[in-house]
Amino acid sequence: MSEINNLKLCDLVDKIKNKKLSSKEITEAFINRSKKSSKLNSYITDNFDNALNRAKEFDEKPDFNKKIPGIPLAVKDLFCTKNLRTTAGSKILENFIPTYESTVTQNIIDHGGIIIGKLNCDEFAMGSSNETSNYGNVQNPISENLVPGGSSGGSSAALAAKLTPATIGTDTGGSIRQPASFTGTVGLKPTYGSCSRYGIVAFASSLDQAGPMTHDVKDCALLLEVMSSFDTKDSTSVEFTRGNYLNDLNENIKGKKIGIPKEYKVDGMPKEIEDLWEKGIKIIKDNGGDVIDISLPNTNYALPTYYIVAPAEASSNLARYDGVKYGFRSKGENLIDMYEKTRSEGFGDEVKRRIMIGTYVLSSGYYDAYYLKAQKVRRLIKNDFDEAYKKVDAILTPSTPSSAFKIGEKLNDPVSMYLNDIFTVPINLAGLPAISIPAGHDNNGFPLGLQIIGKAFDEQNILNIAYSIEKNIGYKNHINDWWIK
Amino acid sequence: MTIDLKTVKHISKLSRISIEEEKAKRLTNDLNSIFKFIEKLNELDTSKTEPLTSVAETTLKLRKDKIESKNIREDILKNSPEKNKDFFVVPKVVE
Repeated sequence: MSEINNLKLCDLVDKIKNKKLSSKEITEAFINRSKKSSKLNSYITDNFDNALNRAKEFDEKPDFNKKIPGIPLAVKDLFCTKNLRTTAGSKILENFIPTYESTVTQNIIDHGGIIIGKLNCDEFAMGSSNETSNYGNVQNPISENLVPGGSSGGSSAALAAKLTPATIGTDTGGSIRQPASFTGTVGLKPTYGSCSRYGIVAFASSLDQAGPMTHDVKDCALLLEVMSSFDTKDSTSVEFTRGNYLNDLNENIKGKKIGIPKEYKVDGMPKEIEDLWEKGIKIIKDNGGDVIDISLPNTNYALPTYYIVAPAEASSNLARYDGVKYGFRSKGENLIDMYEKTRSEGFGDEVKRRIMIGTYVLSSGYYDAYYLKAQKVRRLIKNDFDEAYKKVDAILTPSTPSSAFKIGEKLNDPVSMYLNDIFTVPINLAGLPAISIPAGHDNNGFPLGLQIIGKAFDEQNILNIAYSIEKNIGYKNHINDWWIK
Repeated sequence: MTIDLKTVKHISKLSRISIEEEKAKRLTNDLNSIFKFIEKLNELDTSKTEPLTSVAETTLKLRKDKIESKNIREDILKNSPEKNKDFFVVPKVVE
Protein backbone atom coordinates (compact mmCIF):
# COMPACT_ATOMS: atom_id res chain seq x y z
CA MET A 1 0.00 0.00 0.00
CA SER A 2 1.22 3.45 -0.87
CA GLU A 3 1.61 5.86 2.05
CA ILE A 4 -0.96 8.05 0.32
CA ASN A 5 -3.73 5.49 0.94
CA ASN A 6 -3.12 5.77 4.69
CA LEU A 7 -3.83 9.49 4.70
CA LYS A 8 -7.20 10.74 5.85
CA LEU A 9 -9.31 13.20 3.88
CA CYS A 10 -8.22 16.30 5.86
CA ASP A 11 -4.54 15.27 5.61
CA LEU A 12 -4.84 14.86 1.84
CA VAL A 13 -6.45 18.29 1.56
CA ASP A 14 -3.49 19.76 3.53
CA LYS A 15 -0.90 17.94 1.40
CA ILE A 16 -2.48 19.10 -1.83
CA LYS A 17 -2.84 22.70 -0.61
CA ASN A 18 0.82 22.71 0.51
CA LYS A 19 1.82 21.23 -2.86
CA LYS A 20 3.35 18.17 -1.18
CA LEU A 21 1.17 15.95 -3.36
CA SER A 22 -0.56 16.43 -6.69
CA SER A 23 -4.11 15.40 -7.49
CA LYS A 24 -2.67 12.94 -10.01
CA GLU A 25 -0.48 11.24 -7.41
CA ILE A 26 -3.36 10.90 -4.97
CA THR A 27 -5.88 9.77 -7.57
CA GLU A 28 -3.42 7.19 -8.96
CA ALA A 29 -2.75 5.78 -5.49
CA PHE A 30 -6.44 5.16 -4.79
CA ILE A 31 -7.11 3.81 -8.30
CA ASN A 32 -4.14 1.42 -8.10
CA ARG A 33 -5.22 0.05 -4.75
CA SER A 34 -8.82 -0.23 -5.99
CA LYS A 35 -7.60 -2.28 -8.99
CA LYS A 36 -5.79 -4.70 -6.67
CA SER A 37 -8.88 -5.08 -4.51
CA SER A 38 -11.41 -6.58 -6.93
CA LYS A 39 -11.87 -9.51 -4.53
CA LEU A 40 -13.78 -7.21 -2.20
CA ASN A 41 -16.28 -6.52 -5.02
CA SER A 42 -16.87 -3.04 -3.65
CA TYR A 43 -17.14 -1.34 -7.06
CA ILE A 44 -19.99 -1.81 -9.53
CA THR A 45 -18.67 0.66 -12.12
CA ASP A 46 -15.29 2.40 -12.19
CA ASN A 47 -14.52 5.81 -13.61
CA PHE A 48 -10.72 5.43 -13.41
CA ASP A 49 -9.63 6.74 -16.84
CA ASN A 50 -11.90 9.73 -16.70
CA ALA A 51 -10.89 10.47 -13.09
CA LEU A 52 -7.19 10.46 -13.99
CA ASN A 53 -7.82 12.98 -16.74
CA ARG A 54 -9.74 15.16 -14.33
CA ALA A 55 -6.86 14.93 -11.85
CA LYS A 56 -4.38 16.04 -14.51
CA GLU A 57 -6.67 18.92 -15.45
CA PHE A 58 -6.82 19.94 -11.80
CA ASP A 59 -3.03 19.93 -11.51
CA GLU A 60 -2.71 22.13 -14.60
CA LYS A 61 -5.16 24.71 -13.25
CA PRO A 62 -5.41 24.08 -9.49
CA ASP A 63 -7.90 25.94 -7.31
CA PHE A 64 -6.82 25.54 -3.69
CA ASN A 65 -9.77 27.52 -2.33
CA LYS A 66 -12.04 24.53 -2.78
CA LYS A 67 -12.92 22.40 0.23
CA ILE A 68 -11.70 19.11 -1.28
CA PRO A 69 -9.39 20.28 -4.10
CA GLY A 70 -8.48 17.51 -6.53
CA ILE A 71 -9.47 14.75 -4.07
CA PRO A 72 -10.69 11.44 -5.56
CA LEU A 73 -13.85 9.90 -4.06
CA ALA A 74 -15.84 6.78 -4.90
CA VAL A 75 -19.57 7.07 -4.16
CA LYS A 76 -22.51 4.73 -3.52
CA ASP A 77 -24.17 3.64 -6.77
CA LEU A 78 -27.46 5.17 -5.69
CA PHE A 79 -26.43 8.70 -6.71
CA CYS A 80 -27.12 9.59 -10.33
CA THR A 81 -23.90 10.64 -12.01
CA LYS A 82 -24.05 12.28 -15.43
CA ASN A 83 -22.77 9.98 -18.21
CA LEU A 84 -21.66 7.38 -15.63
CA ARG A 85 -23.75 4.25 -15.22
CA THR A 86 -25.99 4.22 -12.13
CA THR A 87 -27.53 0.86 -11.21
CA ALA A 88 -28.81 1.18 -7.61
CA GLY A 89 -27.53 -2.41 -7.30
CA SER A 90 -30.41 -3.59 -9.52
CA LYS A 91 -30.68 -5.49 -12.77
CA ILE A 92 -33.54 -3.23 -13.77
CA LEU A 93 -31.06 -0.31 -14.06
CA GLU A 94 -28.14 -2.33 -15.47
CA ASN A 95 -27.90 -0.09 -18.55
CA PHE A 96 -29.01 3.20 -17.05
CA ILE A 97 -26.72 6.13 -17.83
CA PRO A 98 -28.08 9.30 -16.21
CA THR A 99 -28.19 12.48 -18.27
CA TYR A 100 -28.03 14.60 -15.11
CA GLU A 101 -26.05 14.81 -11.87
CA SER A 102 -27.44 14.40 -8.35
CA THR A 103 -27.13 17.55 -6.23
CA VAL A 104 -24.90 15.85 -3.65
CA THR A 105 -22.40 14.55 -6.24
CA GLN A 106 -22.57 17.93 -8.00
CA ASN A 107 -21.63 19.57 -4.67
CA ILE A 108 -18.67 17.18 -4.39
CA ILE A 109 -17.54 18.07 -7.92
CA ASP A 110 -18.09 21.83 -7.33
CA HIS A 111 -15.92 21.63 -4.20
CA GLY A 112 -13.08 20.07 -6.21
CA GLY A 113 -13.80 16.36 -5.72
CA ILE A 114 -13.21 13.77 -8.47
CA ILE A 115 -15.57 10.78 -8.74
CA ILE A 116 -13.47 7.61 -9.23
CA GLY A 117 -16.29 5.09 -9.28
CA LYS A 118 -19.66 3.80 -8.16
CA LEU A 119 -19.81 1.51 -5.14
CA ASN A 120 -21.86 -1.61 -4.59
CA CYS A 121 -24.99 -1.52 -2.44
CA ASP A 122 -28.07 -3.53 -1.63
CA GLU A 123 -30.62 -3.40 -4.44
CA PHE A 124 -32.45 -0.06 -4.17
CA ALA A 125 -30.77 0.26 -0.75
CA MET A 126 -33.03 -2.50 0.63
CA GLY A 127 -30.87 -4.64 2.85
CA SER A 128 -28.54 -4.71 5.83
CA SER A 129 -25.69 -6.84 4.47
CA ASN A 130 -25.17 -5.90 0.80
CA GLU A 131 -26.36 -9.41 -0.10
CA THR A 132 -29.38 -8.23 -2.11
CA SER A 133 -27.21 -6.52 -4.75
CA ASN A 134 -27.57 -7.85 -8.30
CA TYR A 135 -23.80 -7.36 -8.59
CA GLY A 136 -22.80 -9.81 -5.88
CA ASN A 137 -21.75 -9.80 -2.23
CA VAL A 138 -19.20 -7.37 -0.90
CA GLN A 139 -16.44 -8.64 1.41
CA ASN A 140 -15.77 -6.81 4.65
CA PRO A 141 -12.02 -5.97 4.68
CA ILE A 142 -12.00 -6.78 8.42
CA SER A 143 -12.28 -10.54 7.73
CA GLU A 144 -13.04 -12.88 4.84
CA ASN A 145 -16.69 -13.89 4.28
CA LEU A 146 -17.94 -11.26 6.69
CA VAL A 147 -20.66 -8.86 5.51
CA PRO A 148 -19.70 -5.16 5.33
CA GLY A 149 -23.20 -4.14 6.47
CA GLY A 150 -25.74 -2.50 4.26
CA SER A 151 -27.15 -1.02 2.36
CA SER A 152 -24.03 1.17 1.88
CA GLY A 153 -21.82 -1.95 2.03
CA GLY A 154 -19.62 -1.18 -0.97
CA SER A 155 -19.02 2.27 0.52
CA SER A 156 -18.06 0.99 3.98
CA ALA A 157 -15.81 -1.74 2.50
CA ALA A 158 -14.04 0.60 0.06
CA LEU A 159 -13.48 3.14 2.80
CA ALA A 160 -12.19 0.68 5.41
CA ALA A 161 -9.92 -0.92 2.77
CA LYS A 162 -8.60 2.55 1.83
CA LEU A 163 -9.71 2.37 -1.80
CA THR A 164 -11.20 5.84 -1.34
CA PRO A 165 -10.19 8.43 1.28
CA ALA A 166 -13.85 9.04 2.19
CA THR A 167 -17.20 8.19 0.66
CA ILE A 168 -20.90 8.91 0.74
CA GLY A 169 -23.86 6.68 1.46
CA THR A 170 -27.59 6.95 1.97
CA ASP A 171 -29.48 6.04 5.11
CA THR A 172 -33.19 5.12 5.17
CA GLY A 173 -33.16 2.95 8.29
CA GLY A 174 -29.48 2.69 9.21
CA SER A 175 -27.77 2.16 5.85
CA ILE A 176 -24.87 4.51 6.67
CA ARG A 177 -24.47 3.92 10.41
CA GLN A 178 -24.73 0.11 10.46
CA PRO A 179 -22.09 -0.49 7.72
CA ALA A 180 -19.85 2.13 9.37
CA SER A 181 -20.20 0.24 12.64
CA PHE A 182 -19.42 -3.11 10.92
CA THR A 183 -16.20 -1.80 9.34
CA GLY A 184 -14.73 0.40 12.09
CA THR A 185 -15.46 3.67 10.28
CA VAL A 186 -17.45 6.85 10.95
CA GLY A 187 -20.87 7.39 9.35
CA LEU A 188 -23.33 10.25 9.78
CA LYS A 189 -26.99 10.46 8.82
CA PRO A 190 -27.91 14.16 8.71
CA THR A 191 -31.26 15.66 9.70
CA TYR A 192 -33.97 15.03 7.11
CA GLY A 193 -33.80 18.00 4.74
CA SER A 194 -30.07 18.73 5.21
CA CYS A 195 -28.75 17.01 2.07
CA SER A 196 -30.73 17.22 -1.15
CA ARG A 197 -32.40 14.04 -2.36
CA TYR A 198 -32.42 15.27 -5.98
CA GLY A 199 -30.87 12.61 -8.20
CA ILE A 200 -30.71 9.91 -5.54
CA VAL A 201 -32.55 6.76 -6.63
CA ALA A 202 -35.59 6.90 -4.32
CA PHE A 203 -36.39 4.16 -1.80
CA ALA A 204 -38.60 5.65 0.95
CA SER A 205 -38.79 9.37 0.34
CA SER A 206 -39.84 10.49 3.83
CA LEU A 207 -36.87 8.63 5.37
CA ASP A 208 -34.00 8.77 2.82
CA GLN A 209 -30.98 10.99 3.60
CA ALA A 210 -27.48 11.06 2.14
CA GLY A 211 -24.50 11.40 4.45
CA PRO A 212 -20.71 11.17 4.79
CA MET A 213 -18.68 8.03 5.63
CA THR A 214 -15.09 8.66 6.71
CA HIS A 215 -12.11 7.45 8.75
CA ASP A 216 -12.61 9.96 11.55
CA VAL A 217 -14.88 12.70 12.90
CA LYS A 218 -12.83 15.57 11.43
CA ASP A 219 -13.18 14.14 7.92
CA CYS A 220 -16.88 13.61 8.57
CA ALA A 221 -17.36 17.28 9.48
CA LEU A 222 -15.57 18.38 6.30
CA LEU A 223 -17.50 16.07 3.98
CA LEU A 224 -20.83 17.07 5.54
CA GLU A 225 -19.99 20.71 4.76
CA VAL A 226 -19.40 19.71 1.15
CA MET A 227 -22.59 17.65 0.80
CA SER A 228 -25.21 19.69 2.65
CA SER A 229 -26.98 22.50 0.79
CA PHE A 230 -30.42 24.01 0.30
CA ASP A 231 -31.80 22.85 -3.04
CA THR A 232 -34.97 24.02 -4.77
CA LYS A 233 -34.94 20.79 -6.80
CA ASP A 234 -35.91 18.83 -3.65
CA SER A 235 -39.19 20.08 -2.19
CA THR A 236 -38.25 18.70 1.25
CA SER A 237 -34.83 20.39 1.33
CA VAL A 238 -34.75 22.73 4.34
CA GLU A 239 -33.45 26.28 4.15
CA PHE A 240 -31.27 26.82 7.23
CA THR A 241 -27.79 28.20 7.81
CA ARG A 242 -25.40 25.27 7.35
CA GLY A 243 -22.61 25.22 9.94
CA ASN A 244 -18.86 25.44 9.49
CA TYR A 245 -18.77 21.93 10.88
CA LEU A 246 -15.00 21.40 10.59
CA ASN A 247 -13.93 24.83 11.79
CA ASP A 248 -16.34 24.70 14.73
CA LEU A 249 -15.39 21.18 15.78
CA ASN A 250 -14.75 21.29 19.53
CA GLU A 251 -14.02 18.41 21.89
CA ASN A 252 -15.19 20.34 24.95
CA ILE A 253 -18.42 18.71 26.16
CA LYS A 254 -18.42 20.16 29.68
CA GLY A 255 -21.97 20.55 30.95
CA LYS A 256 -23.51 18.76 27.95
CA LYS A 257 -26.47 16.62 28.97
CA ILE A 258 -26.36 13.17 27.37
CA GLY A 259 -29.36 10.84 27.63
CA ILE A 260 -29.15 7.06 28.01
CA PRO A 261 -32.42 5.44 26.88
CA LYS A 262 -33.30 2.38 28.95
CA GLU A 263 -35.29 0.79 26.11
CA TYR A 264 -32.06 0.29 24.14
CA LYS A 265 -30.89 -2.27 26.70
CA VAL A 266 -32.44 -5.12 24.71
CA ASP A 267 -32.62 -8.77 25.74
CA GLY A 268 -29.77 -10.89 24.48
CA MET A 269 -27.50 -7.96 23.71
CA PRO A 270 -23.90 -9.21 23.81
CA LYS A 271 -22.01 -8.21 26.95
CA GLU A 272 -19.27 -6.63 24.79
CA ILE A 273 -21.80 -4.11 23.51
CA GLU A 274 -23.04 -3.29 27.00
CA ASP A 275 -19.43 -2.81 28.12
CA LEU A 276 -18.76 -0.58 25.15
CA TRP A 277 -21.77 1.55 26.02
CA GLU A 278 -20.49 1.83 29.61
CA LYS A 279 -17.11 2.87 28.26
CA GLY A 280 -18.75 5.67 26.26
CA ILE A 281 -20.74 6.80 29.31
CA LYS A 282 -17.55 6.90 31.41
CA ILE A 283 -15.74 9.02 28.81
CA ILE A 284 -18.60 11.52 28.76
CA LYS A 285 -18.57 11.75 32.58
CA ASP A 286 -14.77 12.05 32.72
CA ASN A 287 -14.95 14.95 30.29
CA GLY A 288 -17.49 16.88 32.30
CA GLY A 289 -20.67 15.77 30.52
CA ASP A 290 -23.85 15.05 32.45
CA VAL A 291 -25.24 11.55 31.92
CA ILE A 292 -29.01 11.33 32.40
CA ASP A 293 -31.27 8.27 32.24
CA ILE A 294 -34.15 8.78 29.84
CA SER A 295 -37.00 6.78 28.37
CA LEU A 296 -38.09 6.43 24.75
CA PRO A 297 -41.13 4.25 25.54
CA ASN A 298 -42.18 3.45 21.96
CA THR A 299 -38.77 2.18 20.78
CA ASN A 300 -40.06 -1.38 20.36
CA TYR A 301 -42.64 -0.20 17.86
CA ALA A 302 -40.15 1.52 15.58
CA LEU A 303 -39.21 -1.52 13.46
CA PRO A 304 -42.81 -2.65 12.80
CA THR A 305 -43.65 0.97 11.90
CA TYR A 306 -40.66 1.15 9.57
CA TYR A 307 -41.64 -2.10 7.84
CA ILE A 308 -44.97 -0.54 6.90
CA VAL A 309 -43.90 3.02 6.04
CA ALA A 310 -40.75 2.17 4.06
CA PRO A 311 -42.26 -0.58 1.84
CA ALA A 312 -45.38 1.56 1.25
CA GLU A 313 -43.26 4.44 -0.02
CA ALA A 314 -41.04 2.02 -1.95
CA SER A 315 -43.96 0.38 -3.74
CA SER A 316 -45.04 3.82 -4.90
CA ASN A 317 -41.52 5.00 -5.84
CA LEU A 318 -40.66 1.80 -7.71
CA ALA A 319 -43.86 1.91 -9.79
CA ARG A 320 -41.82 3.95 -12.30
CA TYR A 321 -39.80 0.90 -13.37
CA ASP A 322 -42.06 -0.28 -16.16
CA GLY A 323 -39.62 -1.07 -18.97
CA VAL A 324 -40.76 1.89 -21.07
CA LYS A 325 -38.79 5.06 -20.35
CA TYR A 326 -35.51 3.61 -19.14
CA GLY A 327 -34.01 0.46 -17.68
CA PHE A 328 -34.36 -3.22 -18.42
CA ARG A 329 -37.29 -4.49 -20.50
CA SER A 330 -38.54 -8.03 -20.94
CA LYS A 331 -40.59 -9.06 -23.97
CA GLY A 332 -44.31 -9.51 -23.36
CA GLU A 333 -47.34 -10.53 -25.38
CA ASN A 334 -49.06 -7.25 -24.54
CA LEU A 335 -48.42 -4.14 -22.46
CA ILE A 336 -49.50 -5.59 -19.09
CA ASP A 337 -47.60 -8.82 -19.74
CA MET A 338 -44.51 -6.74 -20.59
CA TYR A 339 -44.83 -4.77 -17.32
CA GLU A 340 -45.25 -7.93 -15.25
CA LYS A 341 -42.34 -9.80 -16.84
CA THR A 342 -40.06 -6.76 -16.77
CA ARG A 343 -40.64 -6.21 -13.07
CA SER A 344 -40.49 -9.90 -12.23
CA GLU A 345 -37.13 -10.38 -13.99
CA GLY A 346 -35.72 -6.92 -13.28
CA PHE A 347 -36.20 -6.84 -9.50
CA GLY A 348 -34.58 -9.18 -6.99
CA ASP A 349 -36.41 -11.14 -4.27
CA GLU A 350 -36.05 -8.63 -1.40
CA VAL A 351 -37.21 -5.72 -3.56
CA LYS A 352 -40.21 -7.71 -4.78
CA ARG A 353 -41.00 -8.71 -1.21
CA ARG A 354 -41.02 -5.07 -0.11
CA ILE A 355 -43.04 -3.85 -3.10
CA MET A 356 -45.62 -6.48 -2.25
CA ILE A 357 -45.74 -5.58 1.45
CA GLY A 358 -46.11 -1.93 0.45
CA THR A 359 -48.81 -2.64 -2.11
CA TYR A 360 -50.74 -4.70 0.45
CA VAL A 361 -50.62 -2.09 3.26
CA LEU A 362 -51.78 0.61 0.86
CA SER A 363 -54.48 -1.49 -0.77
CA SER A 364 -58.19 -0.90 -0.35
CA GLY A 365 -59.46 -2.20 2.98
CA TYR A 366 -56.02 -2.35 4.63
CA TYR A 367 -54.84 1.26 4.38
CA ASP A 368 -56.29 2.36 7.75
CA ALA A 369 -55.27 -0.79 9.60
CA TYR A 370 -51.66 -0.69 8.46
CA TYR A 371 -50.43 2.48 6.77
CA LEU A 372 -52.44 5.02 8.75
CA LYS A 373 -51.76 3.12 11.97
CA ALA A 374 -48.02 3.20 11.23
CA GLN A 375 -48.09 6.94 10.56
CA LYS A 376 -49.77 7.47 13.92
CA VAL A 377 -47.19 5.36 15.73
CA ARG A 378 -44.51 7.29 13.85
CA ARG A 379 -45.80 10.42 15.58
CA LEU A 380 -45.59 8.69 18.98
CA ILE A 381 -41.97 7.77 18.25
CA LYS A 382 -41.14 11.34 17.27
CA ASN A 383 -42.92 12.61 20.41
CA ASP A 384 -40.67 10.36 22.52
CA PHE A 385 -37.61 12.17 21.16
CA ASP A 386 -39.24 15.62 21.56
CA GLU A 387 -39.91 14.81 25.23
CA ALA A 388 -36.38 13.49 25.78
CA TYR A 389 -34.83 16.60 24.25
CA LYS A 390 -36.53 18.77 26.89
CA LYS A 391 -34.06 17.15 29.32
CA VAL A 392 -30.95 16.33 27.26
CA ASP A 393 -28.82 17.74 24.42
CA ALA A 394 -28.04 14.40 22.76
CA ILE A 395 -28.51 10.65 23.23
CA LEU A 396 -25.87 7.90 23.37
CA THR A 397 -26.64 4.30 22.31
CA PRO A 398 -24.84 1.38 20.65
CA SER A 399 -25.06 1.56 16.83
CA THR A 400 -26.11 -2.06 16.32
CA PRO A 401 -27.21 -5.00 18.50
CA SER A 402 -24.33 -7.18 17.19
CA SER A 403 -21.09 -7.01 15.24
CA ALA A 404 -20.84 -7.98 11.54
CA PHE A 405 -22.16 -11.45 10.72
CA LYS A 406 -21.07 -14.03 8.15
CA ILE A 407 -22.20 -13.84 4.52
CA GLY A 408 -25.33 -16.00 4.14
CA GLU A 409 -26.04 -16.23 7.87
CA LYS A 410 -29.29 -14.24 7.93
CA LEU A 411 -30.29 -14.45 4.29
CA ASN A 412 -33.23 -16.83 4.74
CA ASP A 413 -34.78 -15.07 7.70
CA PRO A 414 -36.00 -11.59 6.74
CA VAL A 415 -37.20 -10.67 10.24
CA SER A 416 -33.86 -11.50 11.87
CA MET A 417 -32.15 -9.41 9.18
CA TYR A 418 -34.52 -6.52 9.87
CA LEU A 419 -33.73 -6.67 13.64
CA ASN A 420 -30.22 -5.48 12.82
CA ASP A 421 -31.57 -1.97 12.41
CA ILE A 422 -33.30 -1.81 15.78
CA PHE A 423 -31.11 1.06 17.10
CA THR A 424 -30.94 3.05 13.88
CA VAL A 425 -34.49 2.96 12.48
CA PRO A 426 -36.19 5.15 15.16
CA ILE A 427 -33.88 8.04 14.18
CA ASN A 428 -35.02 7.99 10.54
CA LEU A 429 -38.67 7.85 11.61
CA ALA A 430 -38.09 10.99 13.71
CA GLY A 431 -35.95 12.66 11.00
CA LEU A 432 -33.04 13.32 13.40
CA PRO A 433 -29.27 13.41 12.82
CA ALA A 434 -27.10 10.60 14.23
CA ILE A 435 -23.48 9.57 13.93
CA SER A 436 -21.87 6.16 14.42
CA ILE A 437 -18.23 6.08 15.52
CA PRO A 438 -16.02 3.02 15.98
CA ALA A 439 -15.51 2.38 19.68
CA GLY A 440 -14.23 -1.14 20.26
CA HIS A 441 -14.03 -4.78 19.16
CA ASP A 442 -15.90 -7.93 20.06
CA ASN A 443 -14.22 -11.25 20.98
CA ASN A 444 -13.59 -12.01 17.31
CA GLY A 445 -11.88 -8.68 16.79
CA PHE A 446 -14.82 -7.34 14.75
CA PRO A 447 -15.58 -3.60 15.14
CA LEU A 448 -18.42 -2.22 17.24
CA GLY A 449 -19.84 1.29 17.08
CA LEU A 450 -21.48 3.85 19.34
CA GLN A 451 -24.25 6.10 18.07
CA ILE A 452 -24.85 9.70 19.11
CA ILE A 453 -28.30 11.04 18.24
CA GLY A 454 -28.94 14.79 18.10
CA LYS A 455 -31.75 17.29 17.93
CA ALA A 456 -32.90 18.28 14.45
CA PHE A 457 -30.24 20.40 12.66
CA ASP A 458 -27.86 20.02 15.63
CA GLU A 459 -25.16 18.16 13.63
CA GLN A 460 -22.42 20.30 15.16
CA ASN A 461 -23.29 19.11 18.64
CA ILE A 462 -23.18 15.38 17.81
CA LEU A 463 -19.97 15.89 15.84
CA ASN A 464 -18.43 17.56 18.91
CA ILE A 465 -19.52 14.77 21.26
CA ALA A 466 -18.28 12.16 18.76
CA TYR A 467 -14.97 14.05 18.52
CA SER A 468 -14.56 13.99 22.29
CA ILE A 469 -15.31 10.26 22.54
CA GLU A 470 -13.04 9.50 19.56
CA LYS A 471 -10.11 11.30 21.22
CA ASN A 472 -10.50 9.32 24.42
CA ILE A 473 -11.50 5.87 23.22
CA GLY A 474 -8.34 5.12 21.23
CA TYR A 475 -9.96 2.96 18.55
CA LYS A 476 -7.78 1.44 15.82
CA ASN A 477 -8.88 -0.68 12.85
CA HIS A 478 -6.96 -3.95 12.35
CA ILE A 479 -6.83 -4.67 8.63
CA ASN A 480 -4.18 -6.95 7.13
CA ASP A 481 -4.92 -6.71 3.38
CA TRP A 482 -5.91 -10.41 3.25
CA TRP A 483 -7.65 -9.86 -0.10
CA ILE A 484 -4.53 -8.65 -1.90
CA LYS A 485 -2.44 -11.52 -3.20
CA MET B 1 -54.54 -12.35 10.45
CA THR B 2 -52.84 -14.59 7.92
CA ILE B 3 -52.12 -14.02 4.28
CA ASP B 4 -53.02 -16.91 1.98
CA LEU B 5 -51.73 -17.87 -1.44
CA LYS B 6 -54.74 -16.27 -3.14
CA THR B 7 -53.99 -12.93 -1.48
CA VAL B 8 -50.34 -13.15 -2.51
CA LYS B 9 -51.39 -13.70 -6.12
CA HIS B 10 -53.77 -10.75 -5.87
CA ILE B 11 -51.01 -8.48 -4.51
CA SER B 12 -48.67 -9.64 -7.25
CA LYS B 13 -51.29 -8.59 -9.82
CA LEU B 14 -51.68 -5.18 -8.15
CA SER B 15 -47.88 -4.79 -8.08
CA ARG B 16 -47.54 -5.78 -11.76
CA ILE B 17 -45.02 -8.46 -10.84
CA SER B 18 -45.63 -11.91 -12.28
CA ILE B 19 -44.80 -14.70 -9.89
CA GLU B 20 -44.33 -18.46 -10.23
CA GLU B 21 -46.31 -20.88 -8.08
CA GLU B 22 -43.26 -22.07 -6.11
CA LYS B 23 -42.10 -18.52 -5.34
CA ALA B 24 -45.61 -17.44 -4.40
CA LYS B 25 -45.71 -20.20 -1.78
CA ARG B 26 -42.38 -19.14 -0.29
CA LEU B 27 -43.45 -15.51 -0.34
CA THR B 28 -46.66 -16.41 1.51
CA ASN B 29 -44.53 -17.74 4.38
CA ASP B 30 -42.22 -14.71 4.36
CA LEU B 31 -45.09 -12.24 4.32
CA ASN B 32 -46.83 -14.04 7.18
CA SER B 33 -43.75 -13.86 9.38
CA ILE B 34 -43.30 -10.18 8.52
CA PHE B 35 -46.94 -9.33 9.19
CA LYS B 36 -46.87 -11.21 12.48
CA PHE B 37 -44.02 -8.92 13.44
CA ILE B 38 -45.83 -5.81 12.15
CA GLU B 39 -49.01 -6.55 14.05
CA LYS B 40 -47.29 -5.62 17.29
CA LEU B 41 -48.54 -2.11 16.53
CA ASN B 42 -52.07 -3.19 17.50
CA GLU B 43 -50.95 -3.13 21.14
CA LEU B 44 -50.97 0.67 20.97
CA ASP B 45 -54.02 2.90 21.32
CA THR B 46 -53.67 5.57 18.65
CA SER B 47 -57.30 6.74 18.56
CA LYS B 48 -56.25 10.24 19.65
CA THR B 49 -53.01 10.46 17.65
CA GLU B 50 -52.66 12.42 14.43
CA PRO B 51 -50.73 10.62 11.65
CA LEU B 52 -47.24 11.95 10.89
CA THR B 53 -46.79 12.26 7.15
CA SER B 54 -43.56 14.23 7.10
CA VAL B 55 -40.95 15.12 9.69
CA ALA B 56 -40.09 18.33 7.88
CA GLU B 57 -43.23 20.05 9.06
CA THR B 58 -42.94 23.00 6.76
CA THR B 59 -45.34 24.13 4.07
CA LEU B 60 -44.23 23.60 0.51
CA LYS B 61 -42.57 26.63 -1.04
CA LEU B 62 -44.06 28.26 -4.11
CA ARG B 63 -41.83 29.11 -7.04
CA LYS B 64 -42.23 30.85 -10.39
CA ASP B 65 -43.64 28.52 -13.01
CA LYS B 66 -40.86 28.89 -15.53
CA ILE B 67 -39.17 26.45 -17.86
CA GLU B 68 -35.62 25.61 -16.75
CA SER B 69 -34.67 22.78 -19.07
CA LYS B 70 -34.95 23.18 -22.80
CA ASN B 71 -34.27 20.84 -25.69
CA ILE B 72 -33.85 17.74 -23.57
CA ARG B 73 -35.96 15.45 -25.75
CA GLU B 74 -32.91 13.42 -26.73
CA ASP B 75 -31.81 13.14 -23.11
CA ILE B 76 -35.22 11.86 -22.10
CA LEU B 77 -35.29 9.24 -24.84
CA LYS B 78 -31.65 8.24 -24.45
CA ASN B 79 -32.17 5.43 -21.93
CA SER B 80 -35.33 4.02 -23.45
CA PRO B 81 -35.18 0.28 -24.24
CA GLU B 82 -37.13 0.89 -27.48
CA LYS B 83 -37.86 4.14 -29.30
CA ASN B 84 -38.97 5.36 -32.68
CA LYS B 85 -37.98 8.91 -33.62
CA ASP B 86 -39.49 11.02 -30.84
CA PHE B 87 -41.58 8.28 -29.22
CA PHE B 88 -41.27 5.52 -26.65
CA VAL B 89 -42.35 2.22 -28.19
CA VAL B 90 -44.58 -0.20 -26.25
CA PRO B 91 -46.43 -3.38 -27.27
CA LYS B 92 -49.66 -2.71 -29.14
CA VAL B 93 -52.35 -1.40 -26.76
CA VAL B 94 -55.32 -0.69 -29.05
CA GLU B 95 -56.58 -3.42 -31.39
